[in-house]
Amino acid sequence: MPPQFTTLTARAIVLPHADIDTDQIIPARFLKVTDRQGLAEGLFHAWRRNADGTPRAEFPLNRPEAAGAEILVAGPNFGCGSSREHAPWALLGGGFRAVISPYFADIFRGNALKNGLVPAAIAPEAHAALAAALEQDPALPVTVDLQAGVVRWPGGPNAPFATDPFARDCLLRGVDELGWLLALHPEITAYEHAHAA
Amino acid sequence: MRTLFQKIWDAHVVAEPPGAPAVLYIDLHLVHEVTSPQAFAVLAERGLRVRQPGRTVATMDHSLPTRGGYEAADDAGRKQLHLLAANTRANGIPLHDLDSPGRGIVHVIGPEQGHTQPGMTIVCGDSHTSTHGAFGALAFGIGTTEVAHVLATQCVLQRRAKNIEVRIDGRLRPGVTAKDIILALLARIGVGGGTGGVFEYTGEAIRALDMEGRMTICNMSIEGGARAGLVAPDDTTFAYLAGRAHAPQGAAWDQAVAHWRTLPSDPGAAYDRSVVLDASELEPMVTFGTNPGQGMPITGSVPDPAHATDAAGRASLEKALGYMRLAPGQPMLGHPVDVVFLGSCTNSRLTDLRAASRMMDGRRVAPGVRMMVVPGSQAVKAAAEAEGLDRIFLAAGADWRESGCSMCIAMNGDQLAPGQLAVSTSNRNFEGRQGAGGRTVLASPLTAAAAAVTGCITDPRTLMN
Repeated sequence: MPPQFTTLTARAIVLPHADIDTDQIIPARFLKVTDRQGLAEGLFHAWRRNADGTPRAEFPLNRPEAAGAEILVAGPNFGCGSSREHAPWALLGGGFRAVISPYFADIFRGNALKNGLVPAAIAPEAHAALAAALEQDPALPVTVDLQAGVVRWPGGPNAPFATDPFARDCLLRGVDELGWLLALHPEITAYEHAHAA
Repeated sequence: MRTLFQKIWDAHVVAEPPGAPAVLYIDLHLVHEVTSPQAFAVLAERGLRVRQPGRTVATMDHSLPTRGGYEAADDAGRKQLHLLAANTRANGIPLHDLDSPGRGIVHVIGPEQGHTQPGMTIVCGDSHTSTHGAFGALAFGIGTTEVAHVLATQCVLQRRAKNIEVRIDGRLRPGVTAKDIILALLARIGVGGGTGGVFEYTGEAIRALDMEGRMTICNMSIEGGARAGLVAPDDTTFAYLAGRAHAPQGAAWDQAVAHWRTLPSDPGAAYDRSVVLDASELEPMVTFGTNPGQGMPITGSVPDPAHATDAAGRASLEKALGYMRLAPGQPMLGHPVDVVFLGSCTNSRLTDLRAASRMMDGRRVAPGVRMMVVPGSQAVKAAAEAEGLDRIFLAAGADWRESGCSMCIAMNGDQLAPGQLAVSTSNRNFEGRQGAGGRTVLASPLTAAAAAVTGCITDPRTLMN
């Protein structure tokens, strides 16, 4: 079913590191699945767990206040590295619906949008203010409003973020891009005829 | 006046409906076992067929063991391999399976079989698809949803990227290679420096490189955040392609070359911005941190987080050095090594193996060090064996394997043990990339071979005649 997203108000977790790569989000050994299920187990596996598999209590996702959080606030260049779509699948499997960062790696951003995980790139100053507000109050409700293109939280500014208008429209309406592409069959056929060797 | 990127882009726009991204036609779609199963499942669910099986080529590389075939794979990996065979068979897609002499890493076999050609658009569910840009093709990695788009429609939706010129002036000095150019670039711009962009590599040093060196550089464009990297096609490109199985032949070849000669960026065409490096100033490079932008000249010392310009940079460096167990200010030269990995879509081609074998000829892998040599394809393996390179590696005490991604991504059983440090010719030194808890130092094949025979990080120039 195509993903849909309009607006979300939820608790958020902060992972402040810059350049969080997709190997951290979901290590390669968890990529041997042939469907999209069960990836939450691998989410941030090396950071979440000790070598013996026990949880690392200090990791933000393992803290009690992380329960029920649906928004991840991460450092800049989130999702760099591999093109694995398993990264947004794992985040969604882990209950996340949006990631807020100063900017995203290109392939991750596209993959996230196609799965209904909203990558909200807000200005570094607003990002820092949000992280500070969450440090003060980990239960702070954060809103990601795709319709309006803003992130907001109590006491904070309206932090705007830009989303590709086409991807945004697909998400707001809950339609997927494949159906739209398939409808271009005549144009694609015409291109193929014009470029036949 | 247009750049190479703009010319390829313009020639592939099927439609550009108002408000939507461009619909780009894809000339070549490369498929492997890890990122395709869910895409084939989408087609099956919707009753769709593969639109252009003849523009699609599949191979097994990520999960395939480099010794022992299917039986050596774990259950999940074997299921993935068998599913690729079933999916490609059901859709009429040519597959290089375990028994095919054409099997290999997807970004090695595309060029070597002549599938990859100048002016093409090429995609694969793999970020290192940027490799094929060495031929003057627009080649980039896509996610699995887009793999389904291409299977079903032969198109992807794309916004036009910024076009960034990366000019490498001057000439490389002996012992300094293409890998060192790209690691030096990444150290300069960082892993986010090319985000939103497509690189075009220009300049004297790029023109002087052979195709395999150009592939090494384009391969790691993604490590700078650029989805694609291109090199303008020239006589070096055409000489490489001439006579390859899927390259045009006869009159079609002459026509193709005439077209390819029109592709390079027009003189005076504008880039969004330019980055310039001088090859003659470069040294062999190694990484010290946990991303490919954390690299330095091999004779240098590990940077001190205290000197970082901001708090985020300091925190990032502290975290990286903590993971790598390196101290600020310490030299990398002389640091002990547990494993040396020669392979991956970055550096597993014949020239890479030749360079490393010359350094190892008559020498031994140092006691306590494990060296694994994994050719990029079965064709590379056969060519290396015909030259006797396998015997040099084996005589030195290295392990000589079947082709595949192997320890670059550690999905097939080839991996580091926790805490082990590897000098690796691959492309990513992320935490745990080569096995949970493993530590990776990225370097050229020459630097990797020098580490193998000395047991520590060594300037390869000190071992060259």
